[in-house]
Amino acid sequence: MFIRHETIEKNAFLMLVLTLLVISIGGIVEVIPLFTIETTVEHVTGVRPYTPLESRGRDIYIREGCYVCHSQMIRALRDEVERYGHYSIAAEGMYDHPFQWGSKRIGPDLARVGGKYSNDWHYAHLINAQSVVPESLMPHYAFMSDTPLDTDDLIKRLKAQRAVGVPYSDDEIANAMADLHTQADPAADNAALLKRYPKAVQVGHGGAVTEMDAMVAYLQVLGTMVDFADPANENMRQ
Amino acid sequence: MYDALRAPRYNDDVVKKFVIATVFWGVVAFLVGVIIASQLAWPELNLGLSFTNFGRLRPVHTSAGIFAFGGSALLGTSFYVVQRTCRVRLFGGEAVANFVFWGYQFFLVMAALSYVMGFSQGQEYAEPEWHLDLWLTVVWVTYAVVFIGTIVKREEPHIYVANWFYMGFILTIAVLHLANNLAMPVSLFTAKSYNVASGVQNAMIQWWYGHNAVGFFLTAGFLGMMYYFIPKAADRPIYSYRLSIVHFWSLVFMYIWAGPHHLHWTALPDWTQTLGMAFSIMLWMPSWGGMINGMMTLSGAWDKLRTDPGLRFSVTAVGFYGMATFEGPVMSIRGVNALSHYTDWGIGHVHAGTLGWNAFITFGALYYLVPVLWKREGLYSKKLASWHFWISTLGIVFYITSMWVAGIMQGLMWRAYDALGFLQYSFAESVSAVHPYYVIRMLGGVLFLTGMLIMVYNLIQTVRSPVTERRAALAMAGT
Repeated sequence: MFIRHETIEKNAFLMLVLTLLVISIGGIVEVIPLFTIETTVEHVTGVRPYTPLESRGRDIYIREGCYVCHSQMIRALRDEVERYGHYSIAAEGMYDHPFQWGSKRIGPDLARVGGKYSNDWHYAHLINAQSVVPESLMPHYAFMSDTPLDTDDLIKRLKAQRAVGVPYSDDEIANAMADLHTQADPAADNAALLKRYPKAVQVGHGGAVTEMDAMVAYLQVLGTMVDFADPANENMRQ
Repeated sequence: MYDALRAPRYNDDVVKKFVIATVFWGVVAFLVGVIIASQLAWPELNLGLSFTNFGRLRPVHTSAGIFAFGGSALLGTSFYVVQRTCRVRLFGGEAVANFVFWGYQFFLVMAALSYVMGFSQGQEYAEPEWHLDLWLTVVWVTYAVVFIGTIVKREEPHIYVANWFYMGFILTIAVLHLANNLAMPVSLFTAKSYNVASGVQNAMIQWWYGHNAVGFFLTAGFLGMMYYFIPKAADRPIYSYRLSIVHFWSLVFMYIWAGPHHLHWTALPDWTQTLGMAFSIMLWMPSWGGMINGMMTLSGAWDKLRTDPGLRFSVTAVGFYGMATFEGPVMSIRGVNALSHYTDWGIGHVHAGTLGWNAFITFGALYYLVPVLWKREGLYSKKLASWHFWISTLGIVFYITSMWVAGIMQGLMWRAYDALGFLQYSFAESVSAVHPYYVIRMLGGVLFLTGMLIMVYNLIQTVRSPVTERRAALAMAGT
């Protein structure tokens, strides 16, 4: 051998440097190219930042640890595509800080749950899952409908996301509070909201905005942004 | 002749503290595990309160198991081992070592509290928010300085093999922690933050982190423990010095590539998946290198398994390590993973490793350490330790077999087609089908917790037993 191991095990500094070197290689080879190879994230139309209400809903999804039981990643396997819809593509998660692909399905995948059920179903399900799915193991989230949504630092939250690459425009940030209230009131005029955030689903019952309103708004947009029937999105292979 | 007067007085005070913390967090981790396993069997136990829900308690269980129980065991034993194998006191003195202990415990308590209060980064095994991550960085760097500083000032010419593994663990965890937790806080006064990476890149970084939390926290660190306590308890040298060199460098090199096997068939590019799979399969060999080295150290001393229950734990741990590191490469094959991923098979696999390997080797080390550290003649009761061994082993068997059956059943039900070509089962049907196995898993957990409580009693009684003259003399001699 060109280097005797004795040399390494008698020199703490050498051992430290070699260990760091050896453990760095794999990570560098696997991670860096994902940022540089252009085809890693497909070029598709339709993916947009979350509305202020959806974004707050996503915060709550993370806070409650929904990801420990629900995946948001439909694998490219026949049964998954038939059960949940088109397999997930990388572009759909490009504004997800952090990603929520999950690792375990104690409940079903949620990557395309948006539009699958009515708002009313989601409210009933979150309050008492067993009332609509008797076999369900899901905890009850009735407390969300009693908890007013904290919107104090809404702007800061959006700006923090902008700082890490979510392209919220100045216009979207300036109108964030108005958009949030519009989306949480089915009676409100949503033309401006839809112009900024196509496919945003209005939720709520007209009262004070609750955490559950935000949660339902988030669930209803999941997987709906990309129109897979649109020929412009044909070319989405990696 | 060993000169007792010239022998260094080791800092065992901090090791004792870590031993107590390990036992405490073990009880917490297993208890919360039993609670959340019960919630999956009987969802009413979620109680409908925000802070008692499965989603918030599950990170408490994983963090308490990995970082609190496992972490306290690793930090404590590394401080014990590095002093003895370098024949010097800890670098930095008492105060710095105590800072590492209290700083780490503070991190653990705050992390657990933050989860139940609803603060989470939303990335598995990396849930603590940014301010706790910063605190952990300070503690971890201090720990690294103490450990490596002790190696630097050693009085033995060679760095002992256990310390290679401990050092690999400390360095790699630092790198992983920093890279995976880069996040933008909402404000300086808000716990909430958004990870710098998103989507597919975030997924790859997270599982590079996540799998190497397994590879370096739960494997390399615990191999360090194995390389000291098994030869010590068996009173035999390491089986093969050459094997330890080969398997150390190949293990630390290959583990880091294995992350993508958590992302098979996903939106992660195929080339990354394939690379991750190839290295995961190759990883089988360095893993078994460690198993063989640990197991074969017993040659000529197998009879000790009859008389030393602590050693029995350590050796069974190595057996479970070999089993889990065979199962892992199998599950990393894309075809197998299509069935096993997202199912309870993964949960069973993890627990074969954490209960069978990490917890058992820790139990072995604790049964060895407590009489030595507290200068007692021996364990209060070998019989109780034997009971602990068999009850826990039975618990693990309940746990992993029920999860194998549940997991494979879920995988098969999700992909089953009926004669007309439609999916045969709804998702909800797969949920009710696994109920009996969730009950069996919970019972396995109860057994494991029971064994743990027996150990707690045994260790407390050991500490309460009288100091013997022989032990006091040995302690003077620094052993």
